[in-house]
Amino acid sequence: MEEKSLHTEEPRDDYAAKMGMWLFIFTEILLFAGLFLVYSVFRFKYPVLFHQGALELNVTIGSLNTVVLLISSMTVAMSLTAMQKNNKKLALTLLFITILCALIFLFNKYIEWGAKFNEGLYPGSELMLKLERGHLLFFSLYFFMTGLHALHIIIGMVILSIAFIKIRKGTLHIGKYMLLENGALYWHLVDLIWIFLFPLFYLIT
Amino acid sequence: MINTNEPTGYVSYLDYKGKYTGIRAWIYSTDHKRIGLLYLYCITTFFSIGAIMGILMRIELLAPGPTIMGPQTYNGLFTVHGIIMIFLVVIPGLSVVFGNLFMPILIGARDVAFPRLNLFAWYVYIAGCCLAILSQVLRHGPPDTGWTFYAPYSLATGTNVIAATGAAFVLGFSSILTGLNFIVTIHRMRAPGMTFFRMPLFVWAIYATAWIQLLATPIIGITLLMLIMERLFNIGFFEPALGGDPVLFQHLFWIYSHPAVYIMILPAMGVISEIIPTFSQKSIYGYKAIAFSSLAIAGVGYLIWGHHMFTSGMSLVAIWSFSLFTFIVAIPSAVKVFSWVGTMYKGSIDLKPPMLYALSFIFLFMIGGFSGLVVGGLATDVQVHDTAFVVAHFHYIVFGGMGYAFFGAIHYWFPKIYGKMYKIRRANIAWAMTFIGFNFLYFPQFILGMQGMPRRYFDYLPQFQTGEVISSLGGFLFIAGFALMVYNLVMGFRKGEKAPANPWHGTTLEWQIPSPPPLENFEEIPVITTDPYNYK
Repeated sequence: MEEKSLHTEEPRDDYAAKMGMWLFIFTEILLFAGLFLVYSVFRFKYPVLFHQGALELNVTIGSLNTVVLLISSMTVAMSLTAMQKNNKKLALTLLFITILCALIFLFNKYIEWGAKFNEGLYPGSELMLKLERGHLLFFSLYFFMTGLHALHIIIGMVILSIAFIKIRKGTLHIGKYMLLENGALYWHLVDLIWIFLFPLFYLIT
Repeated sequence: MINTNEPTGYVSYLDYKGKYTGIRAWIYSTDHKRIGLLYLYCITTFFSIGAIMGILMRIELLAPGPTIMGPQTYNGLFTVHGIIMIFLVVIPGLSVVFGNLFMPILIGARDVAFPRLNLFAWYVYIAGCCLAILSQVLRHGPPDTGWTFYAPYSLATGTNVIAATGAAFVLGFSSILTGLNFIVTIHRMRAPGMTFFRMPLFVWAIYATAWIQLLATPIIGITLLMLIMERLFNIGFFEPALGGDPVLFQHLFWIYSHPAVYIMILPAMGVISEIIPTFSQKSIYGYKAIAFSSLAIAGVGYLIWGHHMFTSGMSLVAIWSFSLFTFIVAIPSAVKVFSWVGTMYKGSIDLKPPMLYALSFIFLFMIGGFSGLVVGGLATDVQVHDTAFVVAHFHYIVFGGMGYAFFGAIHYWFPKIYGKMYKIRRANIAWAMTFIGFNFLYFPQFILGMQGMPRRYFDYLPQFQTGEVISSLGGFLFIAGFALMVYNLVMGFRKGEKAPANPWHGTTLEWQIPSPPPLENFEEIPVITTDPYNYK
């Protein structure tokens, strides 16, 4: 499948590119691991208040977002397969659906956060500081972890959008599609982290 | 193997003219050797700044009471000295300078796996440096928390903690990218026949270091991010008044920052493992033991962070286990020292400057290591915790270890990097001055610490003055020696005699190519058929 060009200055090594991405994904998992550690410490310390906090989150939107992300993970994998089978049009369509899903996810997040902000509940607000300690920590963790996750959604979206443009321009093709493959890997990571965040914040009631 | 004769008409990486000229030929270059030199110049600059700060502190401590500065200035100085030396100099240190300059050559490759990512990591490093400098000059004054940023004080102080922690965060990102790049390079770019057990030991050390960089740095990243968020939004993770836990910060901080000590010291041990066989003209003793001990140190190094927190309040089982693992990690370090000494036994030892630095590394590292057992033991640690003893121990390990390995490495590889030679006699004098100065600088602090002199104090009781003055005088001698060393190297670069391709009669790959190396390192990728240390 690889096209070997004789004139390139830098020899290409797709295996190395993929390995680099996997290593980077390890570091991302460890980045979130620090937060999961903090979460478990405080959940152990304030179990009742964490349950109460979870009751105040919108499970419907949370579940919807989980489904949306799972679908997007599927479509990005299918898009890669389509690319490997040299079906450019299908790959583009599937990638478009993935990016659309990401936008839906962010929109839902906006609705969800917006409602909380309207209640006066946001990091640093007076209401937050008046909450009981465990309650405050629950919402701090909620905003911090879902916020950092949303940032990763945006980064993933940018990578996939670049891949989208490159496929259209024809610079990303069956002979050279590492950007799409690594973008898809990254997208699965983003999905995976959400799969852990969702039960920890919404379902522990 | 390869033709060792100087081929005529090759273009060295220093003289290569590409698309760009002037400084852009350097800051846009993805050549691993040029990037290594960029790091070298940055790190030398920052080391000098940090050292000057250290000297200012030593002047302050010449007499009890305010001598040249007040307490707040002193607090800022030791914090900034720590941040510069740890995050800008020692952690990237050997890995980015000599790892970049020589790791690809040592495995017979033309460059690293991702050359553009390599240059990007340098830019990220520079961005981190700018943030660190900003934290000094912004309105609220330099941070005064110590380089450890312990909560809750780091949440309460009015100084520029956010800029400083932001700098550490960004520098960590650079460190991750370099580690990632090196791991992939070592896995994918080795020359034909270069099996893992034919790699020079410096490459093994870089490999182990890269894994620590990759697996530990994200934890400090997220911890510092939490600290920044806490300062901005009162999220309460580490603030006891908001239900948080300051000891949790210490745990998270040291989960990274203890393995970071091995990021500093492992490449140093790798350098020593290169210098000693070359200047003993003898194959390394216990090659596999040294290689595996690097991995063992990297592995066990994760399990001992709690020994920084024996007095912070932990369960007895926890501190007992942390102490046990601390003692265990001394074993692979001792294996290395044993192997180095074994290598020198019956070798033809040549006391050139790199070897002098390597030998002083062993001497200083052993003093640092043994005093490490004192602070690693539970009962003794309570006596010396947060005293000058810890300062002395730390500097013997990190400065006497990593610093001397760095000096050794620059003297060892200087003729290869620039194709010129420095003055050997002047280098020996500089070595003697720094070595004597170093011991006078830090050894008295062991005694002062034992007697109860706390660290990070700008003032002290009159009975400590003798020790403090000896220490300061040692500091002046060291700085003078360091200045002579830099002068010697700069003069060597400007006016030195032309160096042959293999001045020390080394056997590893970098000595088989001309000095300075050609742009692409090897005209033809070598085929490796023997061990790296193949002495007759």
